[in-house]
Amino acid sequence: MSIIIFSILFSVAFYFFTKNILQVRSNILLGQKKDIKDNSSQRWKTMLLVALGQKKMFTRPIPALLHLCLYAAFIITQIELLEIFTDGFIGSHRFFLPYLGSFYVFMISFIEILSVLALIATIIFLARRNLLKLPRLNMKELAGWPKNDANLILIMEVVLVTFIFTMNGADEAMQNLQGSSYNFAISSHLAGFLFGGFDLHTLHVFEQIGWWGHLLMVFTFLNYLPYSKHFHIVLAFPNTYYSNLEQKGKFSNLASVTEEVKKMMDPSIDPFAATGNESEAPLRFGAKDVTDLSWKNLLDAYTCTECGRCTSSCPANQTGKLLSPRKIMMDTRDRLVELGEGKRKNGKEYTDGKSLLGDYITEEEIWACTSCNACVQECPVNIDPLSIIIDLRRYLVMEESKMPSELTGMLTNIENNGAPWQFSPADRGNWVNEG
Amino acid sequence: MSTAFKVSTMAEMMANGETPDILFWVGCSGSFDDRAKKITKAVAKILHHCKVKFAVLGAEESCTGDPAKRAGNEFTFQMQAIMNIQVLDGYKVKKIVTACPHCFNTLKNEYPELGGKYEVIHHTQLIQDLINQGKLALEGSQTYKGKKITFHDPCYLGRANDVYEAPRVLIEKLDAELIEMKRCKTTGLCCGAGGAQMFKEAEKGNKEINIERTEDALETNAIIIATGCPFCNTMMTDGVKNFNKEHEIQVLDVAELIANAADL
Repeated sequence: MSIIIFSILFSVAFYFFTKNILQVRSNILLGQKKDIKDNSSQRWKTMLLVALGQKKMFTRPIPALLHLCLYAAFIITQIELLEIFTDGFIGSHRFFLPYLGSFYVFMISFIEILSVLALIATIIFLARRNLLKLPRLNMKELAGWPKNDANLILIMEVVLVTFIFTMNGADEAMQNLQGSSYNFAISSHLAGFLFGGFDLHTLHVFEQIGWWGHLLMVFTFLNYLPYSKHFHIVLAFPNTYYSNLEQKGKFSNLASVTEEVKKMMDPSIDPFAATGNESEAPLRFGAKDVTDLSWKNLLDAYTCTECGRCTSSCPANQTGKLLSPRKIMMDTRDRLVELGEGKRKNGKEYTDGKSLLGDYITEEEIWACTSCNACVQECPVNIDPLSIIIDLRRYLVMEESKMPSELTGMLTNIENNGAPWQFSPADRGNWVNEG
Repeated sequence: MSTAFKVSTMAEMMANGETPDILFWVGCSGSFDDRAKKITKAVAKILHHCKVKFAVLGAEESCTGDPAKRAGNEFTFQMQAIMNIQVLDGYKVKKIVTACPHCFNTLKNEYPELGGKYEVIHHTQLIQDLINQGKLALEGSQTYKGKKITFHDPCYLGRANDVYEAPRVLIEKLDAELIEMKRCKTTGLCCGAGGAQMFKEAEKGNKEINIERTEDALETNAIIIATGCPFCNTMMTDGVKNFNKEHEIQVLDVAELIANAADL
């Protein structure tokens, strides 16, 4: 009976998880094509260092250590989860135990110790958000759902760990009643402390609550992930693989503009001649909505876990301007989810008259950016908010000619006299003879 | 005081059948901003002193297009870039040095895709090379000996291009005491001028970015704020004035420090 219930739960959970993942994938593919296939060895290396190795986390050691506890516990617990799945499918109890013997005890003990560390880290994380009210975890863009999302994830982790210890602790107590012990590092102590004095039947019920509770939490977690900022535990890996490997100062080249400029500057090209590439001409220069951004920008948005390292290092944000790189990423994701849903319901051509620029991100925000790359540098999973900001500026300037008036002047000067100020090119050499 | 030596243009060199070893890309600030012109001179003096055969483009130089690109005007940027590439290629330029990290970044990273492929270095890197080659000696210079100097990382030199060491090595060659700000190198705070901000008023906030950055510098108790970018120089100079410290604290380019120490 329990095998059937388990199999149904398992199938339902993975069916919906797969469905969610495919939806996220189709949303990301609403972005513009961008070929990122070069240099795969460098890409694997970046992924290993930055995602698996948490390299960039350690510029802030305290949260890095706390996060490492959770991260290590999460990775290593997958082994126990594998056993839970196996037990679920074939109705066994601690399937790996007879095969692994004393190594099994070591492994579960290791998992238990990491789980305790993770539990402590989770509680500290909750305190940092809700009691200590760390500025970067309490900014205005987090009000409402993002704040609840973050707390919910942490609470789910507490519940998850509680179920693990209920399961192992009750199981140990049952062993004790029969005069033996698994000798698991933590739960062998919990057995006497929490589960002493219960009869075998009650302990079995506790053990089953722990087992099923743990399982249900895992399935819930799995299906909550694609809706949550916590999706980074999956997407950090592909996102770092597809990292920008160029110098951060290099902004993308708009090839569509190059075509136009070459036509303008080369008298031998017939400006009206068909080039055969017309069908590939972009709908617009720069980005107004998420579909104008590259798929990598959109993957960035789904990968963002809203930690706010970008925003707390942003010079504009620190001096009270509206710009927050984290909000740029959150807005991009929210808009993508909204548009993606609309398109799934109403067909590919569906538009709702809304756009990322205007309805989510204001002009004031994007003009406050100094392009200093601090946000890009800080992101522990190599997200690039700056490229979105620049693409939005490109749309405003090249499609709508909207920009702060001083910039219009600056651009006119460059076009007229080859300098952002009103000086004659003939005077460029004057410094040689001046005092 | 004009420079005591002749600075040739590429056109003059070509007319004489000569080819310079390196082109000094002066940049718009370096050409037109009175404060930045002094940095330009310091670089030229160092190049001359080290007998580097260099030339400038003079009237043929034009904005690299950096502020246009950062402002989102890819058309203006690419027009500038393609025009400049035609000039540079016309003179068969191979190597460029510039004292402006914005020109440096654009020439080095953004011109290649448009056909302009050159070896581009920042002036602090070139000066470091010259010292390493023994062409510039600073040993025994007392000018900055033991003086407290802090270095402000220009974003387009540091984070944008990972050049953190060259300017610091030069400051250490002065026998000065280099004191880092709490935010430096990869975590350095912007001066507020990048991304075309130099040319516009800042958006509404509660503070100017250059004031925030100047506070970092003041905390070090340095008497000299060194930098390697004409925009940063302007922003930090204004910041120092804001605290009425301009008589106690100087804002100088690394090239100026070197030229002064070498008594050029």
